[in-house]
Amino acid sequence: MIILTSIFILFGLSVIAPFVNQKFPKISGWLLGIVPASLFFVFLSKIPAVGRGDAFKEVYPWLSELGIGLSFNLDGLSLFFALLVTGVGALIMIYAGYYMRSYQKTNRFFGYLVFFMAGMLGLVTASDWITLFMFWEFTSISSFMLIGFKHEKTAAREAALQALLITGVGGLALLAGLIMMSLPYHSFSFEAVISDPQPFLQSSLFVPATILILIGAFTKSAIFPFHFWLPGAMQAPSPVSAFLHSATMVKAGIYLLARLHPVMESQELWIYTLSVFGVVTMFVGAWFALAQQDLKKILAYTTVSALGTMVLLIGTSTAYSVTAALVFLLVHAFYKATLFMMAGNIEKITGTRDMNQLGQLNRYMPVATVISLLALLSMSGIPPMIGFIGKELMYEAKLNAPAAGNFILLTGFLANAFTVFVSLRFAYGVFWGEKQGFKKQPHEPDVSLLAGPAVLVFISLLLGIFPNQIAGLLGPAFQAILPGETLIKLKLWHGFNEILLLSFLTVLLGVVMFFCRKAIIRIVSYLNGNYFNLKLSQRFFAGIDVFLNLTKRKTAVVQHGYHRFYLMTIFIAAALLLILTMPAIDFQFDFDLKFNGLAFFAMLAAIMIIAGSIAVVVAQSRLVALIATGFVGIGITIVFVLYSGVDLAITMVMVETLTVVLGAMVVYHLPKYLNYSGVGLRIRDGFVAVFFGFVMGFLALQTSKPTTITKISDYFVENSYAKAFGENIVNVILVDFRALDTLGEIVVLALAAIGIVSLLKLNAQKKSSR
Amino acid sequence: MKTEILKIAAAHLKPFLLILSLVVLYRGHNEPGGGFIAGLLAGMAYVIYAGAFGVGKAKQLRLVKPMFFMGLGIGIALFSGMIGLMNGADSIFTGIWTTLTLGGFSLKLGTPLLFDLGVYLTVAGMLVKVLFTVMEEDV
Repeated sequence: MIILTSIFILFGLSVIAPFVNQKFPKISGWLLGIVPASLFFVFLSKIPAVGRGDAFKEVYPWLSELGIGLSFNLDGLSLFFALLVTGVGALIMIYAGYYMRSYQKTNRFFGYLVFFMAGMLGLVTASDWITLFMFWEFTSISSFMLIGFKHEKTAAREAALQALLITGVGGLALLAGLIMMSLPYHSFSFEAVISDPQPFLQSSLFVPATILILIGAFTKSAIFPFHFWLPGAMQAPSPVSAFLHSATMVKAGIYLLARLHPVMESQELWIYTLSVFGVVTMFVGAWFALAQQDLKKILAYTTVSALGTMVLLIGTSTAYSVTAALVFLLVHAFYKATLFMMAGNIEKITGTRDMNQLGQLNRYMPVATVISLLALLSMSGIPPMIGFIGKELMYEAKLNAPAAGNFILLTGFLANAFTVFVSLRFAYGVFWGEKQGFKKQPHEPDVSLLAGPAVLVFISLLLGIFPNQIAGLLGPAFQAILPGETLIKLKLWHGFNEILLLSFLTVLLGVVMFFCRKAIIRIVSYLNGNYFNLKLSQRFFAGIDVFLNLTKRKTAVVQHGYHRFYLMTIFIAAALLLILTMPAIDFQFDFDLKFNGLAFFAMLAAIMIIAGSIAVVVAQSRLVALIATGFVGIGITIVFVLYSGVDLAITMVMVETLTVVLGAMVVYHLPKYLNYSGVGLRIRDGFVAVFFGFVMGFLALQTSKPTTITKISDYFVENSYAKAFGENIVNVILVDFRALDTLGEIVVLALAAIGIVSLLKLNAQKKSSR
Repeated sequence: MKTEILKIAAAHLKPFLLILSLVVLYRGHNEPGGGFIAGLLAGMAYVIYAGAFGVGKAKQLRLVKPMFFMGLGIGIALFSGMIGLMNGADSIFTGIWTTLTLGGFSLKLGTPLLFDLGVYLTVAGMLVKVLFTVMEEDV
């Protein structure tokens, strides 16, 4: 129960979070942080049990006919991510509570953020592919809401849309891939495919399924060529960048790859794709980070590079590389969340995050400077931060890579040196450098803004010195990715060897680059501007425009806006479809109408209906036509009463009355009733009407015949009182047997109301502006 | 349309129609009635009132919060479906019934009734929201 309960607690919190923020705006961050923090400690207490291999499986029946279960599991890998989500999440809450104060309408922000946390926790603990996919989509949607939070800004809206479309398309690809993968098993549980991958590996769908799953993972984790949504997503407020776009959500793709690795590790397709895309992304991200001026853009591109590195490390598939991937994932989450929070602090305090306009901040915010520097040290991989261990392992893994080791090593070396360069630029440009005239007088950020970064940096430092403290956590996670091998022992000091030399050279190259920074930035900017400008983001929107134009043209044909033609289309199509299905019915032309006691009134009602219909057709004014329609309605109501459909009758009277009243309102505003259509058109319309009427009438007569088909209505009649304790069958169907349908209907009703109201309001606005 | 007769009628009809709507809602499970009809009735009570006194006046009535009631209605309907689940049923919207006895008067209550209450609120809210907007436009 622990996993589902945790997820439900977070979903519940996301509902009340807006109210908490409304009621206690000063301390909302701390209050909201309590819940994820408690969950963090609950999960923390499970480390020994998970390490022993205790089962934490939770299976709730969902769609068992399709082999889908709402199931969760807490193995090492899930626990690792769950701790990351709840731990970093709690710190982000504290930070956001203060940070978001300068924003408008922040109540909903906290709702979205907690909702994301719930989705992410579900994603990493799910043990059923469909469950995983559902939570995967939750995170995409909350990411969309959060990126577009400043929705009055066009750039924010565009970035949000871009991120949603890319991750959304990726999500669909993933769903298709997961279904294809699970087809041979008739079950969507992780266990099925992981314990016995052969049926999938040998199925004809192996290649398409793998490609689709990879597209899903790559779009989510911003892997080249889908990486461009991530720098765009920097439009989101800083807590979001720190939480979703560096520490957790973008790691969902990595999580998926890690999760599937035991299935795929023997496949060349898998290994090569991961390696190639990983290397390219690692290098491209680092390269584009070089010349950025915007602090958050720098961090975004280094994140892209880091994500590429993780994909590469998983694809390398050795004990070293997987250990490195896990350590690096943790390291990166810590320093990147810290740096994003610090970038947010800097922007908040100075009003800018453009490096050219920053400098000498060490004088104004010494504590913030120290925290940022430690995080940058971790990012550059310099001891004693845990980032150093991450980088050492990375080099070790690359040296021992089974294929193309030298090439991977060289690009990795360059990417790391670029990162060192970027870190130095960040540190120097922001905290030292030339003094700038600030719009606001800088000062030390509030304690809420520093608490999260301080904790993360402190842990990075502590783990750098005592790295084996996390072996208990990483070991089980490692087992989930690479069963059969063991985690490499983590050490800060490996002795003097080639790895240390490589580390030293990386830093040296970074420092050298830093001293020629002016030239490097100029060259890189020139190259980027003239040769490497992929304009992926612009091209993406151009593609969207082409698509929109296409649909516009299609819509213009299909949705022509003439109500009469819509009706005609519906009637003709319905009649034709009904005729098509008719051969299946055994016709009996037996028009033996029984004239019993009721018939007199039934005849009256029928005459009323027919007379009304004729009156509608020949009416010379709209009002008369309207009243005649009401007449028809009342006639039908009488029929319902006669054949004991009292519920229908009551509803019908109400609806008919309403229609006439509403119609009368509209009629008042319409122009004079003129005869626009000629004789030919009228004959055509008459033909359609009569045709449709005949088909429907015929069908009605046929359905009253006794058939051998068992009707579902018999079930309802039998069970209405026995199982649902209601004598009114119609009502029992509505609120019990088919309650889910009714729920859908009332939701549609509410949506329609909102739609109608907004259309009317829009119209009123247009009128008043005219 | 602001006649005195309509005004007096509307003012007196409103509570009557509201009570009637609740009766119709409750009896719906065994006899003709139900949330949809009851919701229409309740909504009509306010629409008639608005017709007599004007939408501006009707909007000031205490219970006229259509958006709130629509949301509440859907929320209640959804929640009623979860109750069965919490009580150990295998699927959502499993009915749970209990009989509440107050003195000699017993009341049968169940989650389907709660669900119907959700339908009732949503329908009434929808009707009031849409018709008020249309009527405002009309003036």
